[in-house]
Amino acid sequence: MTQNYRLDKIGLINRDKKLSFKFNGKNYFGYEGDTLASALLANGVHLIGRSFKYHRPRGFFGAGVDEPYAIVQLYRNNETEPNVKTTEQELFEGLEATSVNCWPSVNFDIGAINNFLKVFLPAGFYYKTFMWPKSFWYKVYEPIIRKAAGLGVASTKHDKERYEHKYEYCDLLIAGSGPSGLASAYAAAKNGARVILAEDKPRFGGTLLTSEVNIGNQTGKEWAENIISELKEMPNVIVKNRSQVFGYYDHNMLVMSEKLSDHLPKTKKYNPKQRLWYIRAKEVLISSGSIERPLVFGNNDTPGVMLSSAAKEYLKVYGVLVGKKPLIFTNNDSGYETAIEFKKNGIEPVILDTRKEPNSEIIEEAKNLGIQIKFSYVVVAAKGYKKVNAAEIAKISDNKNDLGTLENITCDCICVSGFWTPTIHLASQSGNKTKFDKDIDAFVPGVSKQSETTLGAANGTFTLAETLKDSFNAGYELSKKITKNDNKISHPTVVEKNKTTHDKFWCVPLPKGKNYKRFLDFQNDVAVSDIEIALKEGYRSIEHVKRYTTLGMATDQGKTSNLNGLQLVSNIENKIVPEVGHTTFRPPYTPVTIGAIVGREVGKHSRPTRKSPMHSWHEKNNAVFVDAGVWLRPRYYKIGEETLFEGSKREAKNVRANVGVCDVTTLGKIDIKGPDAAELLNRVYTNAWLKLPVGKARYGVMLREDGIVMDDGTTTRISENHYHMTTTTAQAANVLSHLEYYLQLVWPELNVNVVSTTEQWAGAAIAGPKSRNLLQKLFPNIDASTEGLPFMGYIEADLFGVHARIFRISFSGELAYEVNVESDNGNFMWEKIMEVGQEFKIQPYGTEALSTLRIEMGHIAGSELDGRTIPYDNSLEGLVSKKKDFIGKRSLDREAFIADDRQKVVGVVPIDKKTSIPEGSHLVKDAMAPIPNPKLGYISASCWSVEYDNPFSLAILKDGKNMIGQKLFAMSPLKNKTIPVEIVSSHYVDPKGERVRS
Amino acid sequence: MLHIKCPHCGMRSQNEFSYGGDATVKRPELNKEISDQDWDNFVYYRKSLRGKHKELWQHISGCRQWIKVERDTATHEIFKTVKAHEDI
Ligand SMILES: [Zn+2]
Repeated sequence: MTQNYRLDKIGLINRDKKLSFKFNGKNYFGYEGDTLASALLANGVHLIGRSFKYHRPRGFFGAGVDEPYAIVQLYRNNETEPNVKTTEQELFEGLEATSVNCWPSVNFDIGAINNFLKVFLPAGFYYKTFMWPKSFWYKVYEPIIRKAAGLGVASTKHDKERYEHKYEYCDLLIAGSGPSGLASAYAAAKNGARVILAEDKPRFGGTLLTSEVNIGNQTGKEWAENIISELKEMPNVIVKNRSQVFGYYDHNMLVMSEKLSDHLPKTKKYNPKQRLWYIRAKEVLISSGSIERPLVFGNNDTPGVMLSSAAKEYLKVYGVLVGKKPLIFTNNDSGYETAIEFKKNGIEPVILDTRKEPNSEIIEEAKNLGIQIKFSYVVVAAKGYKKVNAAEIAKISDNKNDLGTLENITCDCICVSGFWTPTIHLASQSGNKTKFDKDIDAFVPGVSKQSETTLGAANGTFTLAETLKDSFNAGYELSKKITKNDNKISHPTVVEKNKTTHDKFWCVPLPKGKNYKRFLDFQNDVAVSDIEIALKEGYRSIEHVKRYTTLGMATDQGKTSNLNGLQLVSNIENKIVPEVGHTTFRPPYTPVTIGAIVGREVGKHSRPTRKSPMHSWHEKNNAVFVDAGVWLRPRYYKIGEETLFEGSKREAKNVRANVGVCDVTTLGKIDIKGPDAAELLNRVYTNAWLKLPVGKARYGVMLREDGIVMDDGTTTRISENHYHMTTTTAQAANVLSHLEYYLQLVWPELNVNVVSTTEQWAGAAIAGPKSRNLLQKLFPNIDASTEGLPFMGYIEADLFGVHARIFRISFSGELAYEVNVESDNGNFMWEKIMEVGQEFKIQPYGTEALSTLRIEMGHIAGSELDGRTIPYDNSLEGLVSKKKDFIGKRSLDREAFIADDRQKVVGVVPIDKKTSIPEGSHLVKDAMAPIPNPKLGYISASCWSVEYDNPFSLAILKDGKNMIGQKLFAMSPLKNKTIPVEIVSSHYVDPKGERVRS
Repeated sequence: MLHIKCPHCGMRSQNEFSYGGDATVKRPELNKEISDQDWDNFVYYRKSLRGKHKELWQHISGCRQWIKVERDTATHEIFKTVKAHEDI
């Protein structure tokens, strides 16, 4: 197949490497260096999709990031990606793409019936039409809209690609490698600054690749290539192509998305697909250039109508003709550059210039080349449905209000130039208050808020000489400020053709009796008439007009449409554009993939995984793990085909009957040292701590200042000025910060140091009636009797040559000990316990059995300490000192906290003694009461009591202390269960605590 | 992401810090009578300022020190950072 629109001798593509690709199932080929857009155009394909709302045929409008509608669904390496701009997607071997917004196909589109039936969806259509009847929305409207609209389909498969994040610091970040970017980067780099130069396209150079200029004695393109290769060699410079700086955040932090692999058929092994850079720059130079503005006329969305700069870029970069009979429609000199390029390549363009008698070097050149130019002429409407085949043109009066006789002119494309809009997105995002420049009819950056400078076309400077002068200077001055070096490069001389002023005219009036659609926003199908309706209906703020009409709200964020929209509003409202103001520019400048944003933090990498030193033992012994905060803990140790229920029941029973061992390494541990350590504890905990003897542990509860329980745990006095605090697994980090807060800010006079030792100690809880026998065997030299090591006692001992700490504490209701050794010895300790414990029928137990044991003895834990309960609610009021002050004490006097019917923890047993009560169930008096059924309390934790062999739950219940013996209902609408229950004491097992003290 | 100068460690990114609220709030002294209103003011009532705000941050992923920061809540400009015991 020949490429009918490809020229032989022009372009930067690699003609030695042919690439085949598929579009809508049809085979084509292009060359290495093509974009999908240029390759399709080379093959004469102009129909790319359907528009979002009216399903009108869509072609190509731009050649880069500004493209509003040449968007496809891309298939690459067995994956698919929606919303891909053909103008940005580089061609690779085997690329496949399909149209979006077309159902059932791009050539026959059901949605387009909207168009023919004149059921044009005007501004606010969705708001007005789909309101009634309500049921129609779900059944009729939404499915049809969903099917007919949308910009493609997201993959539902797991994304196997790798995305990375990178943090970087630099002196100067330069966004855009056009003339201003290159010049400032070069000047700054030569002056010793650390520079990052980012270019979103594959090729560096920006407009230098397509304009006919000379810098020094080189062409613009040669100069760009030489500067780039020199920059690449410099150790203080990072040069990145395919990298879009899309967001400017606080304190000069910018985020850049680097596409390393999207241009390849497949990501290379060990390479990321994309990389997100977080760059903290001392100074930012915004050299993002400008985007050509469309001219607005009838049917200006027809495929074949495109920006004149895009036509030039297709020609000069890709060697592609967007048409063979081009009509150039311009209000400024830029259109002439495109016309001249066509002419030089053997194509006869016709120029329609809205101006009356403009004169400049470039217009002279066009005239000398014999190009046909019609002054004071406009395109009234494009003709043709799926592709431009003619244009309706007319002479326009000097005041631009009246059209002359309509004429038809044959053409196969219309290249429009409505002058240039500086790309001020980054500057605006930085907080820069932009200002309106009347000379160019556009906003430019105003006063800088952060350390940012905008240069070149992005700053409204459209001559190369001025741009280079400013940019060399800015690069030098800013780098000098940072590096204090003084190495100045003189800027080169420039040869460029001078241009004359543009015409402020941009929107062609409708001829009498014609009702052509004139589009402003091509992606969202917003026409001039839509804005008119919105204003007629009373919308005034440009932000409201935007939302009502969806102007500029599509994925291109109105890059080509914003200013024309503003112009129109200001014309109708008889205001000047700066009074209307522009809508806020928000990051990202271009769409960024979710993968890049998430980076490596996916799946199990979404947070760190912490494992205890005994983890491999648990693994080898069939532990089924559960996430406990960031820790992995054994939930139960599976024997054969045991279920969680069976296994945890077996383990808990064995603790009650013999002895079990549980890995409690995950408990938070804080080492507290200093002469005022006891005083700190006394202020932090609700109970008294000043008289705790050395070698003793105590259970404590700490509150927040608002009286809510923050955490509980035991703290042991290791020596005179040395304490060992334990916290719950979940609160470990918060408790440490809490202590640091009071020590550093509130009571700095206390001489105490705190440090986390959670990772330094491995812990094993040994629980059950035979735990003393086991302990005595593990530590033959200690006195393990209740006299030698009483309840809440603490000793240090030698475990087969390893130093160990032994605490006699229990959360299971059984006689129990906790042994700590240095983490490196954790596995050794565990194996010794299992080995010596054999004769006592020891079994390891996991968190499920641990929960069962604590629930049935009524020991509160995280599910009761849920940030809403006070000590009384948890039956911990006995631990609240009346004598001393402590954090949060004053709040306990609050009216609600001392109310007679205050909630309290209770036990709950199903009347049938069989039905387990789902956690989270509500307790109600009357199961049949109408909704909302008044809630008396909620189930906080449930287990199967191994002591009584029936279900048992804990609940926080209103007036709990007077409810014992009452019959209520536990209702779980989620599980669709209503269970008659009886309220009992929360201390279901060993209410007097005899076992733990035995 | 803010760039905060820890008075102990130097310039660091915001993600190394955690926010700790109004730095001008003073905890009432222990063991002293205090009215319900004064206690409520200490526990609950905070001004939502637009403009300069003196606030606490903790360098949790660094030196773990609590520091005082003066920041403009509207512009995020940081004027000053000092150590916990210093006045801001
Ligand atoms: Zn620090």
